[in-house]
Amino acid sequence: MNTTVTTTGMWKGGRSPFNVEYGKLMMWYFLMSDAFTFGAFLIAYGTTRFATNGWPDPNTVFRTYPFGGETHAPLVFVSIMTFILIISSVTMVLAVHEGHAMNKKGVAKYMVLTILGGLAFLGCQAWEWTHLYHEGAWWGRNPFPNADGTISTTNFTNFFFTITGFHGFHVFSGVIINCIMLIMVLRGVFERRGHYLMIEKAGLYWHFVDLVWVFVFTCFYLI
Amino acid sequence: MDHSIESLAEERHAGGGVKEIWRVTIILSVLTIVELALGFSMIGMDEQSLKRHIIKGIIVILMLAKAFYIVAYFMHLKHELRNMIMTIVVPLCLFIWFISAFLADGNSFKNYKNKWDRNHLEHSKEKMPVQEEGTHHLE
Repeated sequence: MNTTVTTTGMWKGGRSPFNVEYGKLMMWYFLMSDAFTFGAFLIAYGTTRFATNGWPDPNTVFRTYPFGGETHAPLVFVSIMTFILIISSVTMVLAVHEGHAMNKKGVAKYMVLTILGGLAFLGCQAWEWTHLYHEGAWWGRNPFPNADGTISTTNFTNFFFTITGFHGFHVFSGVIINCIMLIMVLRGVFERRGHYLMIEKAGLYWHFVDLVWVFVFTCFYLI
Repeated sequence: MDHSIESLAEERHAGGGVKEIWRVTIILSVLTIVELALGFSMIGMDEQSLKRHIIKGIIVILMLAKAFYIVAYFMHLKHELRNMIMTIVVPLCLFIWFISAFLADGNSFKNYKNKWDRNHLEHSKEKMPVQEEGTHHLE
């Protein structure tokens, strides 16, 4: 049997030509459209930044961490947040992996760890937002000067709160989805169904949230 | 129908398993640490210096590398069928055009505004009054 025969056979119907379950394929297309939404936000931010004289220096804006007082520790807190999200992504992959092995206990364990990671990230973000709010930053208010000491525009805070807020909302909904998955795992729904494909779909969403953070983190905190 | 879904779940075992997961985890951590080190090295560097722009460029490349590892291994896209990968990746290529066009547009808008709106240029050179410690805290 040569390749042409197999390829045409795949598109003859009766099976998925992409060898992917319908729900999972649609999750991929949803994530692609979501990537365009986030991309539009980040490109709007980049365009505005390129069109503005001067911009606040992230290292002077994001320089504190909880219980640290007014210390000057740029990047420390946000790097902790980044690692929390990476680790929770890893535990999610491990949950999917346990799902392949039909190991209910393993899936449940790693789902719990993933949810904890998500909650830890949300806690960090809540702290950071509160801290910035008390420094006078919010939508429409920007207490931070540009890097060269000149007056900055409110675009900086507007974009920061809108984009990290939109990402935080994705993390929040991801945690909710993971909680539902955990309950379904514990009730043995997937075991009866014979496969843990649903965990893979939730996993795709969760990895996407981590993926977006890679971009948000770079665009707002590093460069 | 149910049977075909199960067979799909069975078929999709390609990939390196737990070993690959830990390998990718280490790669992602190392890339993040390098990014942070570069971020720290930029502190105090002149805003418009060439060196700073080069470091920013390297950080963006590392960011794309991280994105690749997450999508390819954690999201398992690398092990899907080629046709399926293409339906996801090809539309995303639009971003190459979006980013270059919009950033160039923003930059040229700034240059024109500085050139023809002298008032705007003068205003953007005003220093921000230094706030006394504690005054910017909300009551």
